[in-house]
Amino acid sequence: MIEVENLTVAFGHGPRANRVVRGIDMTVGAGECFGLVGESGCGKSTLLGAIAGRVKHWQGAITIAGEKVGPVKRPLAQLRRQQMVFQDPFGSLHPRHTIDRTLMEPLRIHGIADREARVEKALEQVGLPGRFRFRYPHQLSGGQRQRVAIARALILEPSILLLDEPTSALDVSIQAEILNLLKDLRERSGLTYVLVSHDMAVVAHLCDRIAVMQDGVFVEISSRDAMIRDEVHHPYTRMLREGSLGYRPAAAVPPG
Amino acid sequence: MPEQPQPLLSVRNLTVAFPSLHAVPPAVRGVSFDVGREKVGIIGESGSGKSTTGRAVMRLHPSATRITADRMEFQGENLLAVSERRMQAIRGHSMAMILQDPKYSLNPVMTVGEQIAETAILHEKLSRRAARRRTLDMLEKVHIRDPERVMGLYPHEVSGGMGQRIMISMMLIARPALIIADEPTSALDVSVRQQVLTILDELVGANSMGLLFISHDLNLVRSFCDRVLIMYSGRIVEELPANALDKATHPYTRGLLEALPSLLHPKDRLAVLRRDPAWAKT
Repeated sequence: MIEVENLTVAFGHGPRANRVVRGIDMTVGAGECFGLVGESGCGKSTLLGAIAGRVKHWQGAITIAGEKVGPVKRPLAQLRRQQMVFQDPFGSLHPRHTIDRTLMEPLRIHGIADREARVEKALEQVGLPGRFRFRYPHQLSGGQRQRVAIARALILEPSILLLDEPTSALDVSIQAEILNLLKDLRERSGLTYVLVSHDMAVVAHLCDRIAVMQDGVFVEISSRDAMIRDEVHHPYTRMLREGSLGYRPAAAVPPG
Repeated sequence: MPEQPQPLLSVRNLTVAFPSLHAVPPAVRGVSFDVGREKVGIIGESGSGKSTTGRAVMRLHPSATRITADRMEFQGENLLAVSERRMQAIRGHSMAMILQDPKYSLNPVMTVGEQIAETAILHEKLSRRAARRRTLDMLEKVHIRDPERVMGLYPHEVSGGMGQRIMISMMLIARPALIIADEPTSALDVSVRQQVLTILDELVGANSMGLLFISHDLNLVRSFCDRVLIMYSGRIVEELPANALDKATHPYTRGLLEALPSLLHPKDRLAVLRRDPAWAKT
């Protein structure tokens, strides 16, 4: 579904250019959930942005659903195919737009008819009652807002959801609801996911394959089972894995 | 749990209410706990009252806040009765607080060295020269390489992990008896988090301090603390030794544990917490 070849993203020009993503190759099959784990600044969100069409100065090749896409000027029909969900539902929804207006906007941009029915259907898909349609984001809880953000992504009927830390801003109990919702949606409609997270447990819960990213490159791509059974090899992967299990008193502190 | 002879901090029936035009229930309702020379964790979701409890102990709430308790004693002193002036002497000197994000809690217009030394000058009445030496020493203790250089930096020039180590050194420089750490590692990356916790663990152990560790991260508290208090809706619903968290009996604690995705015990679907209004009452 997604093929990325030798993708490089650099911000700035010449010798001072900051190469955030450095020659990434990845293939995500249709209906697969592909996880991206790494620490702040490793380039995981930038990689996601390049696939989504938000980050526009990359080199390499990206093919989505058999169609080769360029860094700029992607047709609307192409952009519709992959949709993003962001980390913070407090920041990603317009505070002065009702849920209805938020959900209508992508439909209007893409010139899609039958909007009323689609908005109702999208709310239903994410398990929100129809009466939430004319509320503002501040009248919703964090979990409900993230459901709206997912509904906004789903309303264009994409085949790919790009999820950038979708549960990091949420409480444990709300995170469970959203993770279950994402799992159900994928099983029901055969969506393809790319999930970015810093939490190994969340990624292992949802994803079939997990890529560990450091300094703009993949240091290891492991299967879900290998991650769970502790059969990962790269020291950085091991460190992230152990970190998600809690505190280890024996950890040595390198000076820095 | 064997009761320690003289806890550092003893709180009985603490209630914290923020005045409001609407009838809102108090943010903390009838909370009782003791902290000795040990690591006590408070776990809870947003709005459960865990930070409000920590701040009430430090008396950091606005003056309109109504704080009542049958007892709130720190080293034998009644924290509810002492003057604000006395409280200023206690804060930073014998009780200190580490906050979540060094980006927002360090003073952006003072160098790192000045802010750390300030605590020592104010509370320990050290000379500038002695305070500087103590600062260097403290920065070394939190494993900062080249402390001379770091002292001259401003907060925006250091990384998140280094900022948090700076905050720890600032809070520990006056050798307080009790540290309240409010989500001290939530803003940090996994690798840095381990380092900061190790440093905190070392220093708390070496100086036999008490630590009140406020967090939403169950795995972290379970592995880092000695004892855990679980807060829900302004109350402590359960108290357990940290290593017995798996044996929790309260449905809320159980619900939290089951809602957590786990690498060691993968499950197909996560249990969704069903909130019972009775939990907030009992």
